[in-house]
Amino acid sequence: MIHTLDQIFVLAKLWLLGYFPVGAQPLASAILSVIPILIAFPLLFAITTWLERKGLGRMQNRYGPNRTGPFGLLQPIADAIKSLTKEDIVPLTADHLVHFLAPLVLVAAAFLAYAVLPIGRNMVLVNMNAGVLFFFAIGSTVELSVFMAGWSSRSKYSLLGAMRAVAQMISYEVPMVLATIVIIMQAGSLSTVTIVEKQAGYTGIFPHWFVFTPWGFVGFVLFMIAATAESNRSPFDLPEGESEIIAGYYIEYSGFKFALFFLGEYLGMFATSGLAITLFLGGWSAPFSFLTWIPSYAWFFAKLLALIGAFIWIRGTLPRLRMDQLMNLAWQYILPMALINMLVAGVWHFMPLGPFRWLVCTALLAVPCVLLGHALKRKKKFQVRTYQFVE
Amino acid sequence: MTVTFLILAILTVAGTAAAMGLRNAVHCVLALTVGFAGVAALYLQLDAQFVGFTQIMVYVGAVAILAVFAIMMTHSPTAVRLPAYSSQWVWGGIVAAAVFLVLAWAICSSSASTQALPPQPYIDVQQIGDALMHRYVLPLEIMGLLLTAALIGAVVIAMDRKEETK
Repeated sequence: MIHTLDQIFVLAKLWLLGYFPVGAQPLASAILSVIPILIAFPLLFAITTWLERKGLGRMQNRYGPNRTGPFGLLQPIADAIKSLTKEDIVPLTADHLVHFLAPLVLVAAAFLAYAVLPIGRNMVLVNMNAGVLFFFAIGSTVELSVFMAGWSSRSKYSLLGAMRAVAQMISYEVPMVLATIVIIMQAGSLSTVTIVEKQAGYTGIFPHWFVFTPWGFVGFVLFMIAATAESNRSPFDLPEGESEIIAGYYIEYSGFKFALFFLGEYLGMFATSGLAITLFLGGWSAPFSFLTWIPSYAWFFAKLLALIGAFIWIRGTLPRLRMDQLMNLAWQYILPMALINMLVAGVWHFMPLGPFRWLVCTALLAVPCVLLGHALKRKKKFQVRTYQFVE
Repeated sequence: MTVTFLILAILTVAGTAAAMGLRNAVHCVLALTVGFAGVAALYLQLDAQFVGFTQIMVYVGAVAILAVFAIMMTHSPTAVRLPAYSSQWVWGGIVAAAVFLVLAWAICSSSASTQALPPQPYIDVQQIGDALMHRYVLPLEIMGLLLTAALIGAVVIAMDRKEETK
C-alpha cells in the first residue's frame, strides 16, 4: 500500500503507456513524463506568487492580496488573465526578432533544467551520468537570454540591467559550482540519482544527508547564497532594482511576455532550490527514519516549499547590496570559503571515522571563516556616513 | 544519416553561415551561438555527454557572453559600415571550393574511409575523470597553472588602470 502510494505516478504512467502502440511508446513515454513537470511547476509558481505577496505583506504590516477569493487565493488567476489580455507593446526601435525570442529562450532553458531533478523515487526525467554538469550548462544559457532581452529593447535602463545581471550571474556561478564540487567529490558521481542514493540510509533516526557534515553545511550555505544571487532575488536584486533602473532588463516588456520573464525567473529559482535539495538535503528522502511512509515526492515538494519560504523571508528582511559590495562578497569571501571547503572535504575523506574527524574539519572551516571576516572588516574604515550631495 | 543529424547539421551550418553574413555584430554573435549549440547537440548525439555539456557551458555560457561584451565595449554606431561582401567574392569562392574539393578528395581516397569502424566503447564521465586525475594529471596541472597565470595577469592589468586614474 505504502509502496503503491509512493510509486503512484510511475504506475499511472506505465498504465497509460499500455494504451499506446509499441512503436510510439518511447515518444509517448517522454511526453507523459514531461507533461506533469509542465503542469506542476507553473502551478507552484502561481502558488508562490500568492505566498510571496502574502508573506511580504505580513512582514511589512499590511494585508497583501485579499480581494479575489478566500484569503486572496485566486489572485494568481486574476494576474494571469490580466497579463494575457494586456496589450503587447514593443518599442519602435527594438530589435523585434531578438525582443520576441528572449523570453522564450529564458523559459525554455528554465524548464530544461528540470530534466535531471529527481522529484521522487524513480521519478527523474533523464538519468544522465553527467546530470549536474547538464544543469549548470543549461543554467549558463539563461545569461544569454537576459542579455538578449536587455540589448534588443534599445533602452538604457534595460541595457544597464542586463549588464548588471550578466556580471552578477557570471560572478556567482563560480562559487556555486565550487560549492557543488564537494558533493561530487564525496558522492563520486555527477548523476543526480546516484547523489540522492548516496544520502539514503539512517543512523538511528537521523538521515545521512550531506548537509549534516561540516563541509556539507558550509557548502549548502554558500550554494544558497549563490543561488539567491543567480535568481536575481533580494538582497541581490540589483539587476532589477525598482528604485534605480525600474525593472532592469525586462522594463520594455508588457503583457504576457512580462509574465514569461517572471515565470522564467521563478522556475529558475525552483530549479536551483531543487538542485540544492538533491545535493545537500537528501533529495526525496525523509528527514527521519520513522517518516519514510510518506511518499517521496511529498518530501521533495515539502523541502522545496521550505526553501521558497526561506527565500521569501530573506527578501522581506535584508536590504539590497551595492554593486561593489555584491562583487566583493562573491570574490573575497564566498570564493575563498568555497576553496577551503573543497580542501576540508578532502581531509574529511581521508581521516578515520569518529568525533576527532568532526572536530578537525569544523575547526578547519570555522577558523578561516572568522579570520577572513575579520581581515575584510579591518580593511574597511567604518565611520559616520557622509553624503556628497546632501546637506 | 539520421533525421536528427540532418536537422542538427542544417542548424549548425545555417547558424555559422548567418554569423558570417549578417550585418549587425550582435546578431552575428547570436547566430554563432546557434552554431555552437548545434555542435554541442551533435556531440550529444554521439553520446559524448561530457564534451557536449562542456561545449554549451564554455561556448554558449562564456565565449558568447564575452564576445557580446567586447562588441558593446568597442562598437560605436558612427563607425564606417563596410559592406558584408567583398568585391572579390568570386575569387574567394573559387579558392574555397578548391580547398573543399582537395580535402574531400583526400578523405575519400584515403584508406581510413573504407575501413569498417571499430565498435565504439561507451565512455562515461567517471572514466574521463579517472583518466584526468591519474594518467593525464600532469597536463591538467599545467593547464591549471596556465589559466591561473592568465587570471592573475588580467587582474594585474585591471589594477594598473585603476591606479592611473587616481
